[in-house]
Amino acid sequence: MKKKLLSALLCAAMTMSIVTGCGKTAATGSGAAADAGSADAGSTDKADSAKAGDGSVYWLNFKPELDETIQDLGKKYTEKTGVPVKIVTAASGTYNQTLQSEMDKSDAPTLFVIGNAAGVKDWGEYAMDLTGTRIANELSSDAYNLYDSDGKLVSIGYCYECYGIIVNPDLIEKAGHSMDEIKNFDGLKTVAEDIHNNAGSLGFDAFSSSDMDDSSSWRFTGHLANLEYFYEEKEAGAKWEECPASLTGAYMDNYKKLYDLIINNSLTDPKDLANGGHDAEAEFKEGKAAFFVNGSWEYAAVSGDVPNATMIPYYCGVSGEEKAGLNCGTENCWAVNANASEADQQATIDFMVWLVSDPDASMAMVEQLGIMPYKNAVESSNGFLNDAAKYDADGCYVMDWATNYQPNVDDYRAALVSALNQYNADQSDANWGLVKNAFVDGWATQYELANAD
Amino acid sequence: MNRKRSKTPKESIKKHFLLFMGPVLAAFSIGFIWPFVQGIYLSFCKFRLIKDAKFIGVSNYGKALSDASFMHSFQYTAVFALVSLVLINVLAFTVAAILTQNIKGSNLFRTVFFMPNLIGGIVLGYIWAMIFDGILSRYSTSILLETKYGFWGLIILMIWQQVGYMMIIYIAGLQAVPDDMIEAASIDGASRMQTLFMITIPNVMPSITICTFLSLTNGFKLFDQNLALTGGQPFIIQPDGSAIKTTEMLALNIFNTFYGSNKAATGVAQAKAVLFFILVAGLGLFQLACTRKREVQQ
Repeated sequence: MKKKLLSALLCAAMTMSIVTGCGKTAATGSGAAADAGSADAGSTDKADSAKAGDGSVYWLNFKPELDETIQDLGKKYTEKTGVPVKIVTAASGTYNQTLQSEMDKSDAPTLFVIGNAAGVKDWGEYAMDLTGTRIANELSSDAYNLYDSDGKLVSIGYCYECYGIIVNPDLIEKAGHSMDEIKNFDGLKTVAEDIHNNAGSLGFDAFSSSDMDDSSSWRFTGHLANLEYFYEEKEAGAKWEECPASLTGAYMDNYKKLYDLIINNSLTDPKDLANGGHDAEAEFKEGKAAFFVNGSWEYAAVSGDVPNATMIPYYCGVSGEEKAGLNCGTENCWAVNANASEADQQATIDFMVWLVSDPDASMAMVEQLGIMPYKNAVESSNGFLNDAAKYDADGCYVMDWATNYQPNVDDYRAALVSALNQYNADQSDANWGLVKNAFVDGWATQYELANAD
Repeated sequence: MNRKRSKTPKESIKKHFLLFMGPVLAAFSIGFIWPFVQGIYLSFCKFRLIKDAKFIGVSNYGKALSDASFMHSFQYTAVFALVSLVLINVLAFTVAAILTQNIKGSNLFRTVFFMPNLIGGIVLGYIWAMIFDGILSRYSTSILLETKYGFWGLIILMIWQQVGYMMIIYIAGLQAVPDDMIEAASIDGASRMQTLFMITIPNVMPSITICTFLSLTNGFKLFDQNLALTGGQPFIIQPDGSAIKTTEMLALNIFNTFYGSNKAATGVAQAKAVLFFILVAGLGLFQLACTRKREVQQ
């Protein structure tokens, strides 16, 4: 009896594997066929969209924190108009590879993100010229648009953001200090070190954890690094228009000052940062830490628990930094696939226009993203972006996102993470030398690689 | 074929060859042969998207072979494959030998040892990274900080995962060794060691062939565990700012080349993948030829 049961089970398993095997075959088969067909002007795409009515939208999103909101909006849009909307979000740090594999498929994304100069170089030829389209006419500012060398409007900003150091002023006061003390690096250092030294009696520490795993390292290899790039740019007297071939590294000491302050006055021992596993956002929300290095997109998440949360610039010991503002810019720029069928392109642009002009939809977007530079979008209530505006109004300089020019960004940052790991474990001069190598020389090396034939 | 009136079952099966083999052949062609041919073609191309590939000749192979990181990962992979091959097979054989000695609860042990094999590589990698760091953090270090920790960590992980699987194959082999041979050997006065090396091992040679083949090719093809456990860290930061990923194995190197760098690198990655295939296939065939020679017919 047992044997019979076993053989029956085995038979079932074999049948299953054959059936699933065939299923996969069929899927691959049609994909391959469509791939071959799409070479001749995407005739299959057109046929598909004709069936679907007015075309369909496929958005490859690169911001995981936005996923929930836009999935909801996509469903609402489909309910309202009947246009199918598919939204896929690439996992943190894998947008480029997801884009590369998705773009090769017959049903490639119709809407994707080209957020920086390197993106324009790699993907510009696959983006349609948005000049004069309905969505371009909705823009209230063209400051966040990206053009290629021929002047084609490759992608347009759908929001702008700012980053810096998020502070819980209530905790600062509890520690016997005031926000007015923090006007430059020395002020920040005094407050942070005092809190850290008294963390035991206060019940909270200065900085939340600065993990070096993929979900967190970009805060330091991408955002914090911006202060070095920005001050180099500022010293040179002009904004970068394209990726420079090399860096001088003149402000590495300032990067080090702030980085050291962050890791050495934190809830977590710097030696435990390599593999991650700490939740910096939760630490800040639960009042365990007074400072949190992050950006305006965190406002929705933290303002509930820390209603007075505010954002301060990266104070790093540069002279005149009392006049520094927040790091403002965007990597959130929409591009529409040039190879999509006309119906799909039209459906995509209609969807974009709806996102930025429909009161409910733009409200949901604005809540997540901050300010959207569109005429009919809802005003933002994001406290951090209001902080940015306040600095601006006070005549402070905006630290623009020079970090967007990082060449071969994934490789560049990966090397920097490895070097920072060594440094976190042993804060010696030799190990800081490695960080400097990865930061400054790595830039030149990656620039060369990225521009090699 | 239809000339004969009365058909034997064999012939009727032959007639329906396509019905039985067709789906598998189609699946194999579409899922393996076609991508394989296309992959070889792409290794001679420059492309961002596969549909826009431009033929550029053999220059990708030149670049692949002159890439220092590729050569480093080749050496690292070779050492890893060799060490894991020996350790996995010795341990698996030992465990199998113990568990065929009629120990109480040996079925339970077999199941338990086999179970790690059911967990996916990525999950295993992350879990083991936490385990190792849990221990290493007491000594203020991490698996991501030392190449040797990364290497031995991966060896431990692979042993933990693979020993159970190889053990099952060895148990099947050991159970097929005829008792009368062992008995005859003991009557002839053979020691336990002599019995092991003269009787048992020659008789389980088919199992050894398959197990060494599997562990060798697994060692070379290893990807998910490598990606999840260390992801190539620690890097050696060169004075020029470039980085050598010290624990990056071949498959991960190919993956990183394909997705990491500039436009032209996709073709180079493809060339590396073809070289990788030739290497693994060649090694596998060589090893099969070597161990097959030692198999005995019962």
